Amino acid sequence: MTLLDHVPSEAQLRRSAYRRRQTVYSVLVAAVSTAALGTLLVVAVTGAPGWDRVRQSFLDPAIARDALPAVLSGLWLNVRLLVCCAVGALVLGLVVAVLRTLRGPIFFPVRALAAGYTYTFRGLPLIIVLYLLTLGVPGLRLQGMPPVLVLGGLALVLTYGGYLAEVFRAGIESVHPSQLAAARSLGLTYRQTMRHVVLPQAVRRVAPPLLNDVVALQKDVGLVSLAGPIDAVRAAQIATAQSFNYTPYIVAGVLFVLLAIPLIAVTDWVTLRAARRQSGG
Amino acid sequence: MASSSRLLALTLAGAVVVATAGCAPEEKGPTPTITASPSCAKDSLPTRTPGKLTIATDQPAYEPWFSDDKPDNGAGFESAVAYAVAEKLGYARADVTWARVKFDTAIAPGPKTFDFDINQFSITEERKQAVDFSAPYYLVRQTVIALKSSKIAGRTSLADLRDARLGAQVGTTSYQAITDVIKPTAKPQVYNSNDDAKKALQNGQLDGLVVDLPTAFYITGAEITDAVIVGQVPQVGTPEAFGLLLDKNSPLTSCVTGAVGQLTEAGTLKQLEEKWLAQVAGAAELR
Repeated sequence: MTLLDHVPSEAQLRRSAYRRRQTVYSVLVAAVSTAALGTLLVVAVTGAPGWDRVRQSFLDPAIARDALPAVLSGLWLNVRLLVCCAVGALVLGLVVAVLRTLRGPIFFPVRALAAGYTYTFRGLPLIIVLYLLTLGVPGLRLQGMPPVLVLGGLALVLTYGGYLAEVFRAGIESVHPSQLAAARSLGLTYRQTMRHVVLPQAVRRVAPPLLNDVVALQKDVGLVSLAGPIDAVRAAQIATAQSFNYTPYIVAGVLFVLLAIPLIAVTDWVTLRAARRQSGG
Repeated sequence: MASSSRLLALTLAGAVVVATAGCAPEEKGPTPTITASPSCAKDSLPTRTPGKLTIATDQPAYEPWFSDDKPDNGAGFESAVAYAVAEKLGYARADVTWARVKFDTAIAPGPKTFDFDINQFSITEERKQAVDFSAPYYLVRQTVIALKSSKIAGRTSLADLRDARLGAQVGTTSYQAITDVIKPTAKPQVYNSNDDAKKALQNGQLDGLVVDLPTAFYITGAEITDAVIVGQVPQVGTPEAFGLLLDKNSPLTSCVTGAVGQLTEAGTLKQLEEKWLAQVAGAAELR
């Protein structure tokens, strides 16, 4: 019986019609409630006594236009740093998580080192790590000192590697022991079990929190600017200092949100897909 | 089988609430009209000691503003300016007496033990609430400093700095001096504070650092002793201005302002600046 000669019954047609009506109705209700809330917000903000002053100092289109090129060129630095640091932090996090979950007494020092690393770098404020690496390390005057951007990137990778390692570890430990037992009973080695059975499930399970940390990293890469390089927020700060107007910050903020939207959309999609899989839908 | 595709109606209400702290409107005091009154003759000036002019400065008084902590020797930029102003008001060198007053005491409201004080006072609206200032006798210049080992130490022209990695504190006139005047090929480095910038200079991450001239003298003289002043950059932006400080509503203010104005017009102040800051103190002009 194929789809072509399937004739829906009277009851089925009624059901579909009812569903369609319900969908239209809920969309309408949503639209009305959104419009009401939006109107309320607009009236509350623009009706405030200080609205004119705020609009002049935060939402000046001419100043936004002037600041845009500088802020965009700063954002390009953010994007490049984000890509490199995200890859670096994901790799580092995965390696540390695997080291932390190694079995057997012989691996105790490795486990202890990995645990110590995650404790330290999750606890240390990022600013301090950045200061140490970007202004402290070059003070050693060693041969072949990498440029300040590389050192700043390293600080971000170290800090975020600590967060991501814990996320990965949670994923690895959430895989049921029976999976491991089954894999080993099939004759897979520990390494093969990790590689083909545990890690694929673990990574898939923690994809949303991983991506969430990457979105957080996107905002923190800009902190490298304390060592000299000009990122989007720093470019906005410079433009603000010249015009005594905060609009450039808003420009940078909007660009950051636009940059985050694709990442967040991917996160949502992955989460949704995982949920569908779980519920067998 | 017909697979039922579910239609999701998502509505998103994003609210951006901008809360701003109330900021006080900038207060613009009425600008006093300067009238060089005919009563600026020496005999009619109501100085603290009739016939004498009492000028104050801090103790110790630093190079290059004064020399050897002796304000009365006429050496150093501010000592020279003080005697030039005194001369314009009709006081011979012998009629000038020096008082020593702490910087913070001088700018605080309250009675003063001097006719005017010369001590690198920047003219600000806040300070004008408590004291009077003369017209500016010096506009602060931006200066490039570098380590002695740097490749730009000893360079003499702006063109020679095109290939340098320069840095400055964010949001300052120093940063403007890099982007608007020197225009190096490499992007300037920007720091949250001069402390971070000095550290980067010491580390060799910068070839040169741009700060204002008084700061440059302080850094090269006391903080980083293996740093030198490369030179002064041409005036840019809205520079800080130093003024002679007088008691609030002092009867001398208009006369002292008139004297400073005459010295500016005659080019005397420019010559003194050239002599004491560029030549004697070694902050040569980058052209």
